[in-house]
Amino acid sequence: MDNRVTGALRSLGQQVTGRIWRLGYASRFFLAVLMHSGTSLRRLHLTIREIYFTGVLSLIIILVSGMFVGMVLGLQGYDTLQRYGSTEALGVLVSLSLVRELGPVVAALLFASRAGSAITAEIGMMKATEQLSAMEMMAVDPIARVVAPRFWGGVISMPLLAALFSAMGIFGGYLVGVQLIGVDEGSFWSQMQASVDFREDILNGVIKSFVFGIIVSWVAVFEGYDAEPTAEGVSGATTRTVVTSSLAILAADFILTAFMFTGT
Amino acid sequence: MSRTTLDLWVGFFVAVGLGALLFLALKVGNMASTSSGDTYAIQAKFDNIGGLKVRGAVKSAGVVVGRVTDIQFDAEAYQAVVTIRIDARYRFPRDTFATINTSGLLGEQYIGLEVGGDMAMLKEGDKIKKTQSAVVLEKLISQFMFDKAATDEGKK
Repeated sequence: MDNRVTGALRSLGQQVTGRIWRLGYASRFFLAVLMHSGTSLRRLHLTIREIYFTGVLSLIIILVSGMFVGMVLGLQGYDTLQRYGSTEALGVLVSLSLVRELGPVVAALLFASRAGSAITAEIGMMKATEQLSAMEMMAVDPIARVVAPRFWGGVISMPLLAALFSAMGIFGGYLVGVQLIGVDEGSFWSQMQASVDFREDILNGVIKSFVFGIIVSWVAVFEGYDAEPTAEGVSGATTRTVVTSSLAILAADFILTAFMFTGT
Repeated sequence: MSRTTLDLWVGFFVAVGLGALLFLALKVGNMASTSSGDTYAIQAKFDNIGGLKVRGAVKSAGVVVGRVTDIQFDAEAYQAVVTIRIDARYRFPRDTFATINTSGLLGEQYIGLEVGGDMAMLKEGDKIKKTQSAVVLEKLISQFMFDKAATDEGKK
């Protein structure tokens, strides 16, 4: 009996210290990536290649889901607003919810599963096939050559993808609200412009997506670099990337929203 | 994929992304309408500002001419002190009358300026003397109800 209790306590403590140890390691890794990012910015084609793989190839999924999210917002928002006889506010509802929350968050979640997992798998496989060790043997720093360009590629792509998601969503809301249901076009746009502020809403959304880009890219490169060099280890690391970055995005979103959109 | 086509795609992606940001800023947000040009600040005291908020509109003849920049409480006069910034292109006489209006029945509240006939114009730091408070819907309804009850009482 006593043994079982102490055993359970010990494994609990081990898990907690294990998490904290990994967090510290990840932070140290983050600093190392920042220190080595000079090279990736000087050799820009490395970063551009990663922007292609993370940003350009994510365009389709981001644009299509943005469109559908906007269209659903249009339908649902109209259904609710017509009860209060204020369907002209549909533009405000669609644009504010996209620009403030859904654009950055959903785009970041999609980005984590589309691009983050790919980054982790790629770096993990490089580690498993000992390409990273080979680079070290040739006196090429794998963090500068492999990790930092992928990190910056993700950080640069994320705000652009989130802006595209929001713009596409507003277009989708416009299609459903104005073209399909028949909300007045003039008040749809003018009420939207009257209540969406550039600095308060749009710029804060961009800051959010930038932070999410850092989180997703950091988690992805760290999990890849830290993966066990086996097929199982890589698949586990890919799963962890998606789970950890999704949770971190939602938690960070709560904190950022609490700072940005309360008060006045 | 060769490096040049890759560059082309990335350039396309960045251009489209920045285009989306520009669309958000100009078409969705109010970046185009909030001119960052010259403004002048004036103050107005109200007994009750209702639901007026900072960044609310200041309109004259229905046209937006400025914004509410600050709302304070005057602890001595027990009044609300509202600071508004008006576009420097528009000058208003000193006896301009400020009212708090509501757009629609339950819409947003804004300050309406009704122009007087004074020859001197409002300057930076001036105070508007004549103001009218917001209409509080609950007060109106309760007045109406009591009035109705009183007349019903009289009929009996």
